[in-house]
Amino acid sequence: MNTTTRTEPTPVENPHTPAAPRLRSKPTRARSTVARPRKSILLTALTAIVLIYSLIPLVWLVINATKTQDGLFTSFGLWFDGDFALWSNIHDTVTYDNGIFLRWLGNTLLYVVIGAGGATFLAVLGGYGLAKYDFPGKRGVFATVIGAVAVPGTALAVPTFLMFSNLGLTDTPWAVIIPSLISPFGLYLMWTFATEAIPTEMIEAARVDGASEFRTFFRISLPLLAPGIVTVLLFTVVATWNNYFLPLIMLKDPDWYPLTLGLNAWNAQASTAGGQAVFNLVITGSLLTILPLLAAFLLLQRYWQSGLSAGSVKD
Amino acid sequence: MAVFALVFLAPIAYAIYLSLFQNRLIGGNAFVGLDNYQRALSDPQLWSAIGRVALFLVVQVPVMLGIALVVALAIDSGRLYGKSFFRISIFLPYAVPAVVATLMWGFMYGSRFGLVGNINDALGTSLPDPLTPSWVLASIGNIVTWEFVGYNMLIFYAALRVIPASLYEAADLDGASQFRVITAIKLPAIRGALVIATIFSIIGSFQLFNEPSILQSLAPNAITTYFTPNLYAYSLSFAGQQYNYSATVAIVMGLLTMVVAYVVQLRGMRKER
Repeated sequence: MNTTTRTEPTPVENPHTPAAPRLRSKPTRARSTVARPRKSILLTALTAIVLIYSLIPLVWLVINATKTQDGLFTSFGLWFDGDFALWSNIHDTVTYDNGIFLRWLGNTLLYVVIGAGGATFLAVLGGYGLAKYDFPGKRGVFATVIGAVAVPGTALAVPTFLMFSNLGLTDTPWAVIIPSLISPFGLYLMWTFATEAIPTEMIEAARVDGASEFRTFFRISLPLLAPGIVTVLLFTVVATWNNYFLPLIMLKDPDWYPLTLGLNAWNAQASTAGGQAVFNLVITGSLLTILPLLAAFLLLQRYWQSGLSAGSVKD
Repeated sequence: MAVFALVFLAPIAYAIYLSLFQNRLIGGNAFVGLDNYQRALSDPQLWSAIGRVALFLVVQVPVMLGIALVVALAIDSGRLYGKSFFRISIFLPYAVPAVVATLMWGFMYGSRFGLVGNINDALGTSLPDPLTPSWVLASIGNIVTWEFVGYNMLIFYAALRVIPASLYEAADLDGASQFRVITAIKLPAIRGALVIATIFSIIGSFQLFNEPSILQSLAPNAITTYFTPNLYAYSLSFAGQQYNYSATVAIVMGLLTMVVAYVVQLRGMRKER
């Protein structure tokens, strides 16, 4: 209703200016004036079932992060226990095992900043280049990119591991970062987005005016690409932040674990002989792990949603 | 491009190279040609794993995409109260890592302090334990559905948004019903998105790994080391040191995935005419 109502990508001159309120006050779509549909309580109720399904596990997580380990076993799953242990749980989570959780958080941030940032940067450059420049072999590149989207990353993981192990890269951060740098899906998204969002005439006009390719890219194209960049960035951040398989095979040393691997290690601890069960820490740690991403999605939704509708799926 | 080659092309080449060799007790690494492939084709564990993901694919993907499509259409219809709230909330599970999603659902499934146990206690029912061998695949299906319904819904919704308003005006003039608008305008217009979402879901099913591997610690008896092909390839190389055969399994699965994805794409595109 609010921002994704327009068909064409909206030029966002400066992402910090509040562009959306202006949009909202305009008459949005011809469609809603054709037949302004009446709101339906029945349909809302039916969709609410899916909504509840989507939210219940998250509610469960929040509620159970407030319980002590004993409370988890003795109280009803979807309601609070007598004593409210959220703060002590958070305290225990970040201090358990000499604060290894914070170390994992730092690792995750490192992988996300370099991996997802680099992947986005490469996707923007590549997508823009593919969309706006002609060069021999373009069809071949297109086929390869589509193929790369189709070939599942996990199928390559074992050979990648063996190769990296021969190069001596396993068990170092590089083993996680380098494969994260490539995002075929991000490239594809950026490509379609750039094709739609930047009028070729505009680039030609800039060239006629004597602007260098660099200047054209930074002054003209980049602002137009902003919603697409935010979209790709969010999706690569999610992919890196949530990555499990790649670090699982690449890393042995818990000091380099990202959060996902660490949480699973805590959970598996309960089922190993002599291991200490720390379910309350697993649950609280899980909550702490997902909060930053949920916040990013909620705060940036205006941008990534318009980025998605403008480019990704129009073919 | 150099990075691309390093993380994408080189592993493929290396995997093919590996798959042609065999590590023998006597004679070390020996070239064996296609022996590994022969072994894969007659490997009952691999086939049971493929059968399992195929079953998963046939049941889970239509359910998930169906729900996603219905919700996308509902939100797009403009008949919902608070539709942006619906859109963002249903999408949120996508931001949850597979590890956390699986742990959450795993705890909720659990009979000790999970919801299933709670419900059985409270209502005196005897719901089946979702972590037993006969139910665990369905339980995994539920986790995957939960994770990706919102994502697919958003893809469909985004595709619905770019349908030109003039089409709706024309339909309105012709007096078309809501149902007719959906079947005659909306569904054909988002066919591309439907095909892409289907292909991604197929790839995801064939590559199923995270959820079963994490659930393994909660349900060790229900999930074998060859539960899915990917888990099998992983166990082969990291528990069994059978790198060559593991690479073969990976290649077989990669090829199979590409063939299925390609067929779906061809069919999806052909219907357009």
